[in-house]
Amino acid sequence: MAREYKPRIVTANDLIEGDVVYFTASHNWSRDIGEAVVAWSREAAEQLLAAAQAQENRVVGPYLAETDIGEDNRPQPVHFREVFRTRGPSNYFHGKQAET
Amino acid sequence: MYRYNDFDEAFVRNRVAEFREQVRRRIDGSLTEDEFKPLRLKNGLYLQLHAYMLRVAIPYGTLNSRQMRQLALIAERFDKGYGHFTTRQNIQFNWPRLKDVPDILELLADVEMHSIQTSGNCIRNVTADHFAGAAADEIEDPRPTAELVRQWSTDHPEFQYLPRKFKIAVSGSPNDRAVTKANDIGLRMVRNEAGEPGYEVIVGGGLGRTPMIGKTVREFLPKDDLLPYLEAILQVYNLSGRRDNKYKARIKILVHETGLDELKARIEDAFERQKRAFPGVPADLIRQIEEAFAPPEFENTQSLAYEQAQADNPAFRSFVETNVAEHRNPAYGIVTVSLKPIGGTPGDATAEQMRVLADLAERYGHDELRVSHEQNIILPHVRKADVPTVYAALGEAGLATANIGLLSDIIACPGMDYCSLATARSIPVAQAISKRFDELNLEREIGPLKIKISGCINACGHHHVGHIGILGLDKAGRENYQITLGGDGTESATIGERTGPGFDAEDIVPAIEAIIEAYLALREDASETFLEAYRRLGAEPFKQAIYGENGDKARAA
Repeated sequence: MAREYKPRIVTANDLIEGDVVYFTASHNWSRDIGEAVVAWSREAAEQLLAAAQAQENRVVGPYLAETDIGEDNRPQPVHFREVFRTRGPSNYFHGKQAET
Repeated sequence: MYRYNDFDEAFVRNRVAEFREQVRRRIDGSLTEDEFKPLRLKNGLYLQLHAYMLRVAIPYGTLNSRQMRQLALIAERFDKGYGHFTTRQNIQFNWPRLKDVPDILELLADVEMHSIQTSGNCIRNVTADHFAGAAADEIEDPRPTAELVRQWSTDHPEFQYLPRKFKIAVSGSPNDRAVTKANDIGLRMVRNEAGEPGYEVIVGGGLGRTPMIGKTVREFLPKDDLLPYLEAILQVYNLSGRRDNKYKARIKILVHETGLDELKARIEDAFERQKRAFPGVPADLIRQIEEAFAPPEFENTQSLAYEQAQADNPAFRSFVETNVAEHRNPAYGIVTVSLKPIGGTPGDATAEQMRVLADLAERYGHDELRVSHEQNIILPHVRKADVPTVYAALGEAGLATANIGLLSDIIACPGMDYCSLATARSIPVAQAISKRFDELNLEREIGPLKIKISGCINACGHHHVGHIGILGLDKAGRENYQITLGGDGTESATIGERTGPGFDAEDIVPAIEAIIEAYLALREDASETFLEAYRRLGAEPFKQAIYGENGDKARAA
């Protein structure tokens, strides 16, 4: 049986800064996961990833990550790795958690 | 210390200029990431979870104060004010920006440092005993050998595209502080029956997903034969090492699949050919290297101040017990500075702490510093009379933790807090263990104990050779930690045994506590170390302590 499709977002690292970034509906890149555009189907996800990969002069290594939708209707990370990427390391208060 | 000659200087400067141009072309879009990635990796530049990471080589862990100050400057100007000292005796900067990296490399070149061969399938930064040139038990200083290997291996045209990365470690003492049996090649200095110095050559050690203890391919190799013999090993590996599967590409797999006798025969055959073609290392180069590592001029004057300070100050006495090792000159001590404060991040030092260490090395330590594979910093030559002053200065900088060789002297890789390969975090586990046992005030009662933590199967935290090893994994989207027991990274190297199912993050500290409680209850007396007790008792009582008699006590999964 085919696995149920879970919505996805595209994430990558900024080319110059290395920061974690998310692909937005306007095909820009945001440091805020809440601004990521959500692909609700496999086909939409593939199209989104292809559009992101075309911007390799801005980012490195775009990939699809599963997402939940929070009560505020904004995307949220599912896997703990993606949780860490939204905030920065747990041993110091720096990275994204200190910048937002 | 070895100083760059004109060739070294020009070589490193040219590489910086070349990389500056490559970065410029990546940023302006002339190079794709696929084209650029191998170029940045050749200069030690990775892209990690949150940012780029630059890995800087510290050959055989040896630094002078000028170099340490430059690392501090880089940490402050281009990073977030700290650096991370690693189990490969390197330093990593976790937050550089791509466009700044050429400037960082320029600053490194100013002090005869670089990032070359800190990544890629080449011969990596050569490591050595961190007590080199100072240890009381030393047969010979291993650094001239390590420096010769560094010069031979740097940009060696034949060995730039090996099947996988290749690591060489050198020990000059019978007590192995360089983990020689867990490297691709381990060189242990020995003497033959005639008293001549040479090497025991160990091949095929390594940790990672297939941990193996290296095997001896030569009991005694004369010093003059070192380079042709290394060439022979690398040639055999380069030709026969597997390239079809990166997980089976290390030389340890070749040793395993080919068999030691057959591999030895191939190496000896290649060695005979190499030796005939090898004109020998020029005598003036050997002399130049040996002179660079000549011991400093020691003052052989003893003082009562050292003993008096221990009598007057119990905290200082504790520091001496754990952090000061025996020097070859009885008037001196080897001071290990712990980068493992209780609750801290193993291996991290702030820019300010680096400067304090540089100042102390300059003033009291013959301008020498070492990085250990256990992620601490060593002042190898401190007059005992000066140790109380050094201790006071370390205390002011938050660097006087007296825990070397004890439970909280934990090796931990960066784990998923930084590393893109990691499957779980390491640092918070190390922090939680050190805090918990500080609360229990049991560390000295427990005695010598090595806990090593890796955040993935690649084993950068050397967990396989920890007395207690912890491996972080992803189990169905949750961080999960497996325990191994009985590992040993010394001359009696052993791979630890897995206890059984792993533990969730909130259960790993109680599990470690249960193991320690079992040890304290079962040891013969306080002189029996954890490792000795484990070797006597086997795994069973420790498994019972964490899983219960029916295997259902702890929340292992």
